[in-house]
Amino acid sequence: KQLVTMIPGDGIGPEISEAVKKIFSAAGVPVDWEDVDVTPVKGPDGRFRLPQKIFESMERTKVGLKGPLATPIGKGHQSLNLALRKAFSLYANVRPCKSIEGYETPYNNVDIVTIRENTEGEYSGIEHLIVDGVVQSIKLITEQASRRVAEYAFKYARDNKRSTVTAVHKANIMRMSDGLFLKCCRDVAAKNKDIKFSEMYLDTVCLNLVQDPSKFDVLVMPNLYGDILSDLCAGLIGGLGVTPSGNIGEEGALFESVHGTAPDIAGQNKANPTALLLSAVMMLRYMELGSYADRIENAAFAVIKEGQ
Amino acid sequence: MAAVLRSVVGNNFVVPTTRSLLLRFPAFEVKYHLETVGSGGHQRNYSTPRAAVQQTHILAKYGGRHTVTLMTGDGVGPELLSHVQEIFRYAGAPIDFEVVEINSSTNTPEDMYNAILSVKRNGVALKGNIETKFDDPSFKSMNVALRTKLDLFASIVKCKSIPGLNLRHQDVDCVLIRENTEGEYRQLEHESVPGVVESLKIITAKKSKKIAQFAFNYAVEHGRKKVTAIHKANIMKLGDGLFLECCREVSKDYPEIQFNDLIIDNASMQMVARPSQFDVLCMPNLYGNILSNIAAGLIGGAGVVSGMNIGDNYAVFESGTRNSGRSMKGKNIANPTGMLLASCDMLDYLGHGAHAKLIRESVMTVLSEKQIRTPDIGGNASTLDVVKAIIDDIKPKTLAWSQNRQHDSYLE
Repeated sequence: KQLVTMIPGDGIGPEISEAVKKIFSAAGVPVDWEDVDVTPVKGPDGRFRLPQKIFESMERTKVGLKGPLATPIGKGHQSLNLALRKAFSLYANVRPCKSIEGYETPYNNVDIVTIRENTEGEYSGIEHLIVDGVVQSIKLITEQASRRVAEYAFKYARDNKRSTVTAVHKANIMRMSDGLFLKCCRDVAAKNKDIKFSEMYLDTVCLNLVQDPSKFDVLVMPNLYGDILSDLCAGLIGGLGVTPSGNIGEEGALFESVHGTAPDIAGQNKANPTALLLSAVMMLRYMELGSYADRIENAAFAVIKEGQ
Repeated sequence: MAAVLRSVVGNNFVVPTTRSLLLRFPAFEVKYHLETVGSGGHQRNYSTPRAAVQQTHILAKYGGRHTVTLMTGDGVGPELLSHVQEIFRYAGAPIDFEVVEINSSTNTPEDMYNAILSVKRNGVALKGNIETKFDDPSFKSMNVALRTKLDLFASIVKCKSIPGLNLRHQDVDCVLIRENTEGEYRQLEHESVPGVVESLKIITAKKSKKIAQFAFNYAVEHGRKKVTAIHKANIMKLGDGLFLECCREVSKDYPEIQFNDLIIDNASMQMVARPSQFDVLCMPNLYGNILSNIAAGLIGGAGVVSGMNIGDNYAVFESGTRNSGRSMKGKNIANPTGMLLASCDMLDYLGHGAHAKLIRESVMTVLSEKQIRTPDIGGNASTLDVVKAIIDDIKPKTLAWSQNRQHDSYLE
């Protein structure tokens, strides 16, 4: 039996994690859960940081499932989500968006996977107040990180039998940074000739995505564009409540539901566990327990199709 | 009052004109047009009295006809702009075009300088998009250079669902106002260590306040009810936090306009799920780019959206999504609608409302009722078919004008 770290999260987190656990035990999946709470604790220097328990747990299990965590806007400590990602060097965020039968949206032919660089780019968190009224935010792009995520994108495409990988960038404006990202993608594409590679401007992708989403397959991009595009694709299939997400790192993976904590409906048995459940399914595939994954996924889709 | 000012200024020879006096005392509400001395042009106030003192536009008008710079650009720019010229001829619009050939192969500093000089002379320009060869590191984006040198601080893209086009969303009606000169587009990048590149995104309080004020003024002037600020202040706390703060401060001066804010990823999702909830959006540069393209996609794509870049003194009109359309060059399939609507906006800006209305109505009639459409919006007409249809629609209307005139002279 494999051990998996479970982070229930805030708001509706605990109830949907319970739901997932129940479904897993009903399906007979050989997984044992280890619950960890990630509320920041005050360290010896007075600053808040993640409790040591989570690091130790992930060291052992190498795989985790996370519910939603809250982040305050504009002030306070660094985002908890970001801290987790940095700590475990989870470099690629994968979000498969596929139209769900039975959950109608104006777009019904979506089958896109967005792979986004997860550790650097615009989210490096480096900002300076230069003079009063002038702020500079730094976007960091490194060859190593870009290459890593590009290689993962092609590996994912191959493992999941996808035909095209498209790099999304804005190299006409950010020549050096996105230019470097694009160069790494091109280099990796040259080594993976069996998968088609194309590149497109971010604005063109947005334009075409809302008109005809079937044109896109796997998209790979730096952090900010990835954030926006993955949420856009989630919006196309019905929102964050039904979208799974996985963060792959060099030494492990963390799967999560990306919606908010919805504190207003917490504890009322109204929350939708689909996102967390589909993320758990992604996790099973990562752990190579594919048969269980398929069973649970089919069951979930059948339920949605029936209209519950 | 003038004497007081002169003593404050001291030895610097500054003659305080009416305009500069008013600039120092923004409490004055100016309801009439201001005349400048000696510029040979006629100034026009584009926005409401509340901000009338801040914007003084330069226009070149001789004998009742305006001269406008036409920048050809790459891709389908030249052909679409020639169609615009032809339609203007048929509509009798009193515009003379000064054609400036500028595209990715004429990127010397002198070419840029000449183009900018032309716009400064005429005050208004109509532009095709210029491609950026991003593989060549010495090639800087010419579009961005034009915008920053002319200080076109606001980009406005109006997205309204076109009746008759069978699309997923029919209730889009939003105006996207985007800061046009700073943010991620400052093009300040350096390679600190080989393999590590840093790109700087600059946000200033001054420009954020300016664009916020512009957005609110626009809302008041055009009868809009709500302004939404778009940001990512949960991650970029200082940068986008500053932008958000500026928007909030400005919103206090306009209590009659609703104000709220959204994070960019949430906004993208909402835009595809329920676009009707958006009215006026106020955004920094990159998010503006993304949302404008999403909104444009929702109402029909790059071919039907128009955009304008407004500065304190100049205005440049172009297609809303700033695409050059190089894959459609020379094939006679490009959609002229976007460029035509941009040119109608230009006519409005110059004060030729009647001509703008004439052309705009013909364009919309051909698009919605007669349904003569180019392939990008599901039709199979060519560009020339659409242009001819628009001209055919315009002809009887202008004939009516001349018939009225003949009638008058008959009475005399």
